[in-house]
Amino acid sequence: MKRTVPIILAIGSGAILAIVFFLNPDFKLLFGVTSDNIKQEVLKWVTIVSGFTLILGVVSIFRVNMKAFQQKKTDRWYKMVTIVSLLAMAIPGVFPGPATEIGKTLYTYLPDWIGVYGSQNGIIVSWLFDHLDAPMMATMFATLAFYIASAAYRAFRARTLEATLLLAAALIVMFWRVPMGEAVLNAMSPDLPEWINTILMRGVNASVQRGIIIGAALGAASMSLRIILGIERIYLGKT
Amino acid sequence: MSESLTLGSHLTIWIEAFVTLALFSFLYKDNPIYKFIEHVFAGLSAGYYAGLIGQSVIYPQLLDPLYSDFGGNWILLIPFGFGMMMLTRLTPIGPIPDLSWMSRWGLAITIGSTAGIFLISQLHGLVMPQTLDTFASFGRAGNTVEFAMAILTLVGVISTLVYFYFSKEHVGVIGRVAKVGIWFIMVAFGAQFGYTVMGRVSLLIGRMTFLIDKWIVGSMGSMFN
Repeated sequence: MKRTVPIILAIGSGAILAIVFFLNPDFKLLFGVTSDNIKQEVLKWVTIVSGFTLILGVVSIFRVNMKAFQQKKTDRWYKMVTIVSLLAMAIPGVFPGPATEIGKTLYTYLPDWIGVYGSQNGIIVSWLFDHLDAPMMATMFATLAFYIASAAYRAFRARTLEATLLLAAALIVMFWRVPMGEAVLNAMSPDLPEWINTILMRGVNASVQRGIIIGAALGAASMSLRIILGIERIYLGKT
Repeated sequence: MSESLTLGSHLTIWIEAFVTLALFSFLYKDNPIYKFIEHVFAGLSAGYYAGLIGQSVIYPQLLDPLYSDFGGNWILLIPFGFGMMMLTRLTPIGPIPDLSWMSRWGLAITIGSTAGIFLISQLHGLVMPQTLDTFASFGRAGNTVEFAMAILTLVGVISTLVYFYFSKEHVGVIGRVAKVGIWFIMVAFGAQFGYTVMGRVSLLIGRMTFLIDKWIVGSMGSMFN
């Protein structure tokens, strides 16, 4: 029950989606249901179940922070800040928007001002996202510019041929991608920026990306096959 | 421009400026204001994704169909059940005993279906087209430069794949091809690093433009004029 049923579910759902790919979408399987119907239904199920995994994650964040606050751990007030921020965004966010079927019924009974909730036309969620979340996200990534530069200064030493190649490629791209650098390259030779793009980006970079994509895809496909055949069971945990 | 700012707009700009400067303050050293904003950011982001899933998955794909036509969509109770089983990971809670093993059922459906989709999509959507295009570029080559580029791409793809092939020791011919692979990979990683830095600097310019144009010139300027 605890291990056999999940394995059967994983094998079954995986095999169905793998097999229906090879069938005619209009091929009728059982009770007039086509292979495409089954594929679409299973995909919808997976989307719904995956949605619950994210809810689980958010609830876990709430629980972990609340536990830390209750246990009076160091920085417990910061944990409370996380909880308050989470609720401030999540409560109006999960409230049914006016575009949803439930929302349409709900808004016939609720006063109009309730419309400020819900993310469809929501003021609260949009405001919090546009004026707090998005600027904070941009600033967080912007601060990484300093740390990347500092890490590069310490790590990028042309000690070996490989390190020199890395350093040279990075410097060329950074120089080429700023307007002043491109102007200098253009002054040296009008074809130079295009050559950098052709050889460095569309040549070497694209070929390595392609190699990595093919390798990773082969790995993902083989791992998928192991799961569908029931060989890979690590997702069940230890007990 | 700055004359027409309302009190609400001023407040919004000042809040944005405060969170931006608070996060930048970490560049000097860790401090309580940074920590406060960092936790606000973590909470808001988690809350945003909760709302996003609610509005894009749970309502349109589950609750709305069940609410509007339960008879025609009762089958959705099955994924709903599996979804609720995922939440048993949170047990034990109060009088509810430990039922966390039930979460494996929902997890198994997700993992199994993803494996089914990946098995085909990775081979059909990535491996085959990428491999085909690597060789097709020879046929498309219309001049010497394009033919040289096709050779460069083929050498890059093969040497990169050989470098990441760890089932055989990297000695002899494989070792030499893997060495070429490292050179290709280093150049590519360097180029991507350069691009990443440029992206981050663009974001930095964006935040600085906001601080100077909107906060200092726009908001402060209109307040003190």
